[in-house]
Amino acid sequence: MALSSLTVHEALDLLRRKEISPKEIVEALVKRIQEIDGAVHGYLSFDPERALKDAEHADVSLPLGGIPIAIKDVVSVQGHPCGCASKILQGYIAPFDATVIKKLRAAGAIPFGRTNMDEFAMGSSTENSAFGPSRNPWDADRTPGGSSGGSAAVVAADEALAALGSDTGGSIRQPAALCGCVGVKPTYGRVSRYGLVAFASSLDQIGPLTKNVRDAALIMNVISGADPCDSTTLDEPVPDYTADLDKGVKNLTLGLPKEYFIKGLDPQVEEAVRAAVAWYEKLGAKIVDISLPHTEYALSTYYIIAPAEASANLARFDGVRYGFRADGITGLSDHYGKTREEGFGQEVKRRIILGTYALSSGYYDAFYLRAQKVRTLIRRDFDDAFATVDAILCPTSPTPAFKLGERTGDPLQMYLADIFTLAANMAGICGISIPCGFAEVDGKKLPVGLQILGKALNEATMFRVANAYEQSTDWHRAKPLFGAESERLKGEK
Amino acid sequence: MKSDYIATIGLEVHVQLKTKSKMFCGCAIEYGAEPNTHVCPTCLGLPGALPVMNLEALRMTALTGLIFQCDVAPICKFDRKNYYYPDMPKNYQISQYDLPICQNGEVPLHDLAYPKDAQKSIKNADKRVRLIRIHLEEDVAKNFHFETTSGIDFNRAGTPLMEIVSQPDIESPEEAFAYLTSLKQALIYADVSDADMEKGQLRCDCNVSVRPSHQTEYGVKIELKNLNSISGVRRALAFEIDRQISALERGEKLSQETRRWDDDRGETFLMRTKESAHDYRYFPDPDLLPVKTEVFMPAVRARLPELPWFKRERFVREYGISSYDAGVLTDDLELSRYFEAAAKGAKRPKAVANYVLNDLLSALAAAGKSVEECPIEPQHLAELTGLIEDGKINSKQGKEVFAEMFASGEAPEEIVEAKGLKQESDIDAIKLLCQQTIEANPKSVEDYRAGKGAAINFLKGQVMKASKGKANPNLVGETLEKLLSGV
Ligand SMILES: [Zn+2]
Repeated sequence: MALSSLTVHEALDLLRRKEISPKEIVEALVKRIQEIDGAVHGYLSFDPERALKDAEHADVSLPLGGIPIAIKDVVSVQGHPCGCASKILQGYIAPFDATVIKKLRAAGAIPFGRTNMDEFAMGSSTENSAFGPSRNPWDADRTPGGSSGGSAAVVAADEALAALGSDTGGSIRQPAALCGCVGVKPTYGRVSRYGLVAFASSLDQIGPLTKNVRDAALIMNVISGADPCDSTTLDEPVPDYTADLDKGVKNLTLGLPKEYFIKGLDPQVEEAVRAAVAWYEKLGAKIVDISLPHTEYALSTYYIIAPAEASANLARFDGVRYGFRADGITGLSDHYGKTREEGFGQEVKRRIILGTYALSSGYYDAFYLRAQKVRTLIRRDFDDAFATVDAILCPTSPTPAFKLGERTGDPLQMYLADIFTLAANMAGICGISIPCGFAEVDGKKLPVGLQILGKALNEATMFRVANAYEQSTDWHRAKPLFGAESERLKGEK
Repeated sequence: MKSDYIATIGLEVHVQLKTKSKMFCGCAIEYGAEPNTHVCPTCLGLPGALPVMNLEALRMTALTGLIFQCDVAPICKFDRKNYYYPDMPKNYQISQYDLPICQNGEVPLHDLAYPKDAQKSIKNADKRVRLIRIHLEEDVAKNFHFETTSGIDFNRAGTPLMEIVSQPDIESPEEAFAYLTSLKQALIYADVSDADMEKGQLRCDCNVSVRPSHQTEYGVKIELKNLNSISGVRRALAFEIDRQISALERGEKLSQETRRWDDDRGETFLMRTKESAHDYRYFPDPDLLPVKTEVFMPAVRARLPELPWFKRERFVREYGISSYDAGVLTDDLELSRYFEAAAKGAKRPKAVANYVLNDLLSALAAAGKSVEECPIEPQHLAELTGLIEDGKINSKQGKEVFAEMFASGEAPEEIVEAKGLKQESDIDAIKLLCQQTIEANPKSVEDYRAGKGAAINFLKGQVMKASKGKANPNLVGETLEKLLSGV
């Protein structure tokens, strides 16, 4: 078996038994990337030399000692480009490490490569990347999801052992579901945002994408915790998320929200999720129907709050201090106008305009303020639900991976890809997507994700529920036939 | 100002707080440092950097609020004010919109805060200017324009800036002067800012309008910018009020605009007419959580200083000096401290006050020194007045000793000893000198006895001369009188 297909735990075992070295893992990944990333396009850039150098000094006794971790192009790593897959950050090299990177380094991990994404994390397919989309390792004609599509694709295609992504409305969980890997959105404030290029500050969280639940829990152990550089982090102790993984689901109550099984939910996705629910019952969990009555407002509320915050967050990209600067400028406002017109892509501009509008005087009360009120109601829905259930089960994405180009002309259709994930961001709770089966479309097997939502700061229970399922099923072990896919693409060229 | 017009003035004052580090990052604050040497990802607005609140800036703002008897909000939050300008690294400024830390309150204008030439004609004694609000925001960077390029120094970016907004209660350039002087004094007393306008630590924008006195609604508001000193504010307002009145008298209509004061030319110039109101799209900054002020208010209350106007009253009471003298002494925090340190150990504090207000202030001014650089220990000044009081030296000698103290920093006793200045109070020695003088000046003695009382002064001068100025003049006078009247 190639070292690139190892899980983090498998690799750690071999490293600690000295059967392999960190350098060999990096080399295996480099080889793998050279072989297939032309087809997947999960990476925007990677620096094998630096990774090999880091590998030489890696202390394998540390929690993630010697493990390379792919980083979404939105998280700052000192000395690496941090471009958010945007032209406007062309040439920008981050001069500092994000807190999560500091923590990863302290735990012995090796930040490795920059993964592709939708520009500034705005999108659900990576098609908004200024550098072209990533492809789904299960079907190269389809999207890996987004915005952390590159991170999900490289994990699924064994081009990385694990990756970091960011999740503002589903950007980790949705691509994890579409690529058949595990993706975690931590509780808001659990993981520091310092060094994460902000999209929507009150919704963004960094989280891991991995090949199994245990790996995700281990990475969460490392990256969680209060950070003096981020005042929105929560000053709560970080438990060992791997400790309760094997406790099973007996005596746990799992809620099934009726608002998540609606028209528009792909029948094969519904089937796979319902089968998973039945499996939980068999494992001893108590399944109860619940209601999250304000779910239907989540999407429209999200598309006011997130763009509003983004309109200010993205104002700093003006070509004055760093990044792209347009040519032929005649004055200050021309400088701003041209630089931002040429530097940002369509979707980013659309959201900046949406957000600017929502904050404008005369509209603020009707849009932004109202959206904040609805957000409180959505949060309350979950508070009520978690008073009676330990976790919530639902689909991650309403459909399996869709075709590249299929939704690019219809933003609303694209926004619906996050309909089941964004409420968790609005409520600030934690969520995970794990593989729970396949849909068969046009003769291709496409992964389906099960979403498990946990109470704020109760990642431990969320992981426990996820692991109980994973340990009794084999879905997470399935591998895409990437070799055949890459061959097919070569033939097409 | 013509008496049939009323001027209405409101001031917006920006004060740089004296915190050690910036408002949202750990960068040091240093005036005049090399450009871009106190910067970090946060104050440069780099992608991914986040602000973290400097609580000391909040405490200083709340303290300022307490001084002016403002209502301090139980919770304060920060908002983003959105606009594009190269001196603003994030293209939004973190500020406070609808929930400023402080609201209401007032600034008392005391007589000595007025310009010297206007202190005799204060229209409204004990006037108080009401405040609308005091809030906290971050300062912007500084743009420099060279021949063909511009540069930005981000050292100032993110420095805590307190904005104090007054009601339009001010009615004359002199009141504006007094308002700024009082404000500055209190800020220095509270140690929240050095409030030096020339260093940009205190910046002021004025809104001024005029209207005929019979008219009730306000005139057209004109904003004045580029005011770099308190006296400049006075000059600019005086010019602008005259300009507006003349325009109205000519039958012109004024329009809302911003004008720039040119202090060299003594005129205001049009900068821009009122554009369509800028929409700053304020919204709560999601990176900063609201802060409960009750957490730090007990500590802030403990820092409340004795305010200049209370100190002035106390000086009158405790040291028996005039209100005017107390006012001058408390005008300057350092001077008031110096005086008090000297007065505490003095027999006659009033004598100390006189020495400080006359001799010391002029000596300092002549030497170009501040009170903090004063070479004379306050205790030594007290001793000097004591020596005079006890008749050990006379007041003329006192001046000489003072000059030496100022030059060398030595104690007065030592100087008196070294120079052999000790006043002659030995009655026998003085008697002998007086007798010799009487014998040597029969003409004057005759005059005196003939009723020309003034003749004794000549004799007295001769005795002093003979004693090389050391004789106690009071004793000399008494002794001469006794001898001449033959008692
Ligand atoms: Zn800084």
